[in-house]
Amino acid sequence: MRSERYIPYVLILPSVLFLLFLFAWPLLEALLLSVRGSGGQWTLENFQRMAADLYFKDAVKYTLLLTVVIVPLQVVMALGMAMLLGGISKGRDLFLYVWTIPLGISDLAAGIVWLAIFTERGYLNSFLQGIGVIQQPQLWLSYETPWMIFLAVVAAEVWRATAIVFVILVAGLQLIPKEYGEAAEVFGARPWQRFWKVTLPLLMPSLQVALILRTILALEVFAVVVALGGRNLPVLAGEAYYWYNAYQNPGVAAAYAVIILGISVVATILYLRLMRSKQEGAA
Amino acid sequence: MNLRWLYLFLAIVLVLWVLIPIFLIATLAFSDRPSVFAWPKGLLPLQFSLETISFFFGVEGVWKAIRNSLTVAAMTLVFSVLLGAPAGYALARYRFAGADAYRLLILMTRAFPLAILAIPLAVQFIQVGIYDTAFGVALVHTALALPFAVLVTSSLFLGIPKELEEAAWTLGCNRIQAFLRVVLPLALPGLAATAIFAFVISWNEVFAATLLTLRERTLPAFLLTSLNDSPLPFRFAGGFFLIVPALIFIFIIRRYLFTLWGIANR
Repeated sequence: MRSERYIPYVLILPSVLFLLFLFAWPLLEALLLSVRGSGGQWTLENFQRMAADLYFKDAVKYTLLLTVVIVPLQVVMALGMAMLLGGISKGRDLFLYVWTIPLGISDLAAGIVWLAIFTERGYLNSFLQGIGVIQQPQLWLSYETPWMIFLAVVAAEVWRATAIVFVILVAGLQLIPKEYGEAAEVFGARPWQRFWKVTLPLLMPSLQVALILRTILALEVFAVVVALGGRNLPVLAGEAYYWYNAYQNPGVAAAYAVIILGISVVATILYLRLMRSKQEGAA
Repeated sequence: MNLRWLYLFLAIVLVLWVLIPIFLIATLAFSDRPSVFAWPKGLLPLQFSLETISFFFGVEGVWKAIRNSLTVAAMTLVFSVLLGAPAGYALARYRFAGADAYRLLILMTRAFPLAILAIPLAVQFIQVGIYDTAFGVALVHTALALPFAVLVTSSLFLGIPKELEEAAWTLGCNRIQAFLRVVLPLALPGLAATAIFAFVISWNEVFAATLLTLRERTLPAFLLTSLNDSPLPFRFAGGFFLIVPALIFIFIIRRYLFTLWGIANR
């Protein structure tokens, strides 16, 4: 029989080639695009134009703020939901299905859904009128009230993307052998202690995945913001989009993309470092 | 005992938190124009009407956008399964030098923001001549779905005992026959779930689709670019229509959801 050592390489080759073409190469191209001028010379002009842009500071500020607010909220909420599920016996499947529905909902759709709630004649204003807080429809999502657009984006993102964290954490919980918890119980650990001393440390790898994934996605926040506030709440991915589409300037758009990538990489490294040391501390 | 009721109560609150916004957008999508602009609105359905939703489907370009979305999503589905499943099979069945490096490559690709891919690719696609085509968008969407497909299918194949395959070999099947007759039927439901997930990823993606198209917009790209100058009923009906497949797909793959993600994230 012929040697079959080549088989696995044949099997992975198409995907390797594809990823090289669609990931490695564009990554390199984006970096080049951002540091080259229109004549092909090396320059920091794109970054300078980006930094000097009216929207730049706000875009950085709001992107980071959104990430810092949304991601912890989602993790805490998803963790609560995952633990809650353990305490429910009846209708577990139904809860699981409904809670994971948002997994299939896009950021654009979520933005539109919450637009229906926050818009001038929307459900929020109707509710406020119903309980007598306001008489007339209030305009919430205008450039004068960026904090309200901010809140609406947070609501939409928490509504939509908590499901992803939830699924990752539930999957992680399934990997933890039941014996650990039972042993802790035998030694007299209360539920709260079991959660802190047993479940949470063992869940660390899943939490890490969830945090990294969600942080990167939150740094790319785009369609929700466009649906709810247009450009009244500038974010980095949105600026990349406007620079490419409206101003036809791929160089500056690439500079924005590089900034997003830079922050993502830093955040990922931070999570890996911080959570590894914690895991070792727990072990 | 009281704790049980508290749990149940909280669980139901969370169900309402998910469902009420969907209910509201569905209500708006199925009311007439005056109801969409009515003030104040009641929680319960207004006047049931197909006016808004038929207005949405009547807008020029919507059907084309839906067709484009379906084409792109179908291509993404085929590409990511065809490229991903063999790699998943290799990871599950063979030990080979470089397997870990390959796994790392797959995981790393998930850590890159989409903007970093979409912008240079838009520039390149113009030069290659696949800018503004379903194929171009599908390539980028496959890049998003492929890492997922590889990891998920690898877990799928791991779950199918190797002994079954070996038994088929001893009974005279060659490798390919054994795979087709023994492994594939067992893997089919999971492969279908993977495919559906790839489809949903593509159906929902908007940033790359908007950058890479001009006239051949997918539905999300079409909606996004027309948000600013379209009336509210159009947006609401569009938003609702985007959600419908999600409801169906999550229902179909709900059994696989946790296994898929659990292993895909290790």
